Amino acid sequence: MLEKALKGSRGYWIWIIFLLVMMTIGVLFYLHQLDYGLGVTGMSRDVSWGLYIAQFTFLVGVAASAVMLVLPYYLHDYKAFGKITVLGEFLAVAAVIMCILFVFVDLGQPSRVMNVLLHPQPTSILFWDMIVLSGYLLINIITGWMILSCNRREVPPPGWIKPLIYLSIPWAISIHTVTAFIYAGLPGRSFWLTAIMAPRFLASAFASGPALLILFCLILKRYGRFDAGDRAIQALSKIVVYALAASIFFVLMELFTAFYSQIPEQTRHFQYLFAGLDDHHNLVPWMWTSAVLAFAALTMLIIPSIRRREEWLAIACVFVFVSLWIEKGLGLVVTGFIPSPLETVTEYFPTGAEIAITAGVWAIGFLILTLLYKIFISVYSETGSDDNRPVANGK
Amino acid sequence: MTTNRREFLKIAGASALTLVTPSLLSPLWARETVRIPGQDFTPVKALMAKRWAMVIDASKCPPDCTDCITACHTVHNVPDFGNPKDEVKWIWTEPFAAVFPDENHPYREQGLQKMRLPVLCNHCENPPCVRVCPTKATFRRPDGIVMMDYHRCIGCRLCMAACPYGARSMNFRDPRPFITKINPDFPTRTKGVVEKCNFCAERLAQGKLPACVLACRQNAILFGDLNDSTSDIRKLIGKRFNLRRKAHLGTAPQIYYIL
Repeated sequence: MLEKALKGSRGYWIWIIFLLVMMTIGVLFYLHQLDYGLGVTGMSRDVSWGLYIAQFTFLVGVAASAVMLVLPYYLHDYKAFGKITVLGEFLAVAAVIMCILFVFVDLGQPSRVMNVLLHPQPTSILFWDMIVLSGYLLINIITGWMILSCNRREVPPPGWIKPLIYLSIPWAISIHTVTAFIYAGLPGRSFWLTAIMAPRFLASAFASGPALLILFCLILKRYGRFDAGDRAIQALSKIVVYALAASIFFVLMELFTAFYSQIPEQTRHFQYLFAGLDDHHNLVPWMWTSAVLAFAALTMLIIPSIRRREEWLAIACVFVFVSLWIEKGLGLVVTGFIPSPLETVTEYFPTGAEIAITAGVWAIGFLILTLLYKIFISVYSETGSDDNRPVANGK
Repeated sequence: MTTNRREFLKIAGASALTLVTPSLLSPLWARETVRIPGQDFTPVKALMAKRWAMVIDASKCPPDCTDCITACHTVHNVPDFGNPKDEVKWIWTEPFAAVFPDENHPYREQGLQKMRLPVLCNHCENPPCVRVCPTKATFRRPDGIVMMDYHRCIGCRLCMAACPYGARSMNFRDPRPFITKINPDFPTRTKGVVEKCNFCAERLAQGKLPACVLACRQNAILFGDLNDSTSDIRKLIGKRFNLRRKAHLGTAPQIYYIL
């Protein structure tokens, strides 16, 4: 099936070349980082994680959100999703690969990465994250690819695929829960030390991932001659709105606990985020943008007449994605370090090299996603079926 | 080849003997003199303890004194990058309000408010950094010292996020050009690994007290075995009121501050 990615329109190739250029720039800067050390980034002794780990955290959510298609389709036989579950699985594949790359580029000694397996430490959440992420990658590659190739040959998928798909559901929850545990179990970082971290992660994931998927479906409809179907897109938009509402609700609960208890350890991080602390306001405009976009998107998506108009839906989904990217991809990780354990406020500014490497990893992710989606579209237009995947009927 | 019973017993007996011999002979040459600081006889070999700990009497610290810092950083090849972003430090000073934020209030005596206290790794009894390290590159020895294996560390910096004391530093770039004078007796580090105070484990093994303890002319830093009820530090912390940093987090830090 791979050869199908090699035939495409002019626009397709321009997009591919653009991604390859971004990727190359990223790789060149990464070589520089490899040579000089992580000092090329804006990370410091006080803020020792930055853009890389934040992207990783955000993208774990995007990856986990594939479950929002798989679950209704396979557990509730919601047929409208039949066509697009593979799109969700392929999105998960691309997102998990980006996650792994982001952790990798964040390592000070990447050549020693196998030490995690050579000297495993079961009490380390990072060790478990490595296990669940690679497992999730494998499950989604196998199920997505298998089902697509069976569709192509118009044969029912093998029986063993179904247990694997069922397994992918709790597994998706696990990747984001384990990722939340990386943060939520650290004694000295009160911003992260909250039992609601994993639920918060999942809620924002189930909003940002499906929002991205809606955007992809709308793009494919316009440029890819693939219509996911109005029912599927509308169902997805309802998932986005519920998850977004839950996500906003969880953040408000954090704010209540912090500001009603008025424990400084709790409040000062949120002060830094939304008002600035000791004259440091780096993230304040970003966080207010995120908040405004989240509420705007919530309003737009709640009102059915707006949600049903494709252009408005697209705008709302962009809002959701950008808002949650700011919340997790910028605010969440850095703010855990501000103020530091010794009460100093050290701000973090990503450097050019860091941004180039980050963009490079995103380009790799988008490249993988584009190729997989191209193959999917080709197979789809070849068989022209309205795809009732035999495995889906399950009866 | 066949082995009869007699031969078998001979071989078995000889083998058993080789197992027992080292344990019979070893005390003769492997006996290490355990010297507890505060008791005065010259150490022959390694200093050993069941629970190493440190007492810092910060009230003795003269303002602007950096003797302990200089001694430590010289002995351990700690680089000086000259900027706070890349900074590597094992022991340094912080104002009272930063070290004990919960104990600070505006009516504290001026001396205390202006005081700068030496801070370093707390060698916690229950260290979060050890718990989170994905490769066991940081580990806790039976004598309580929390150590780093610079050759195993992958530089993920999860330990830096986990440490509630900000005691850990990352080598964001190659430290070697920034070491004023390299001490050949202690390894330099490579870029991309995390490091911190090691309670001078390498000096203890040679029977020497930690560098900061010896460098302090005020005797403000005391070091010893907390498990030994006769040790100086044990007696001191039993007698004088003292504080530990962020003890409420349950990490059981082993640096005791007298103020």
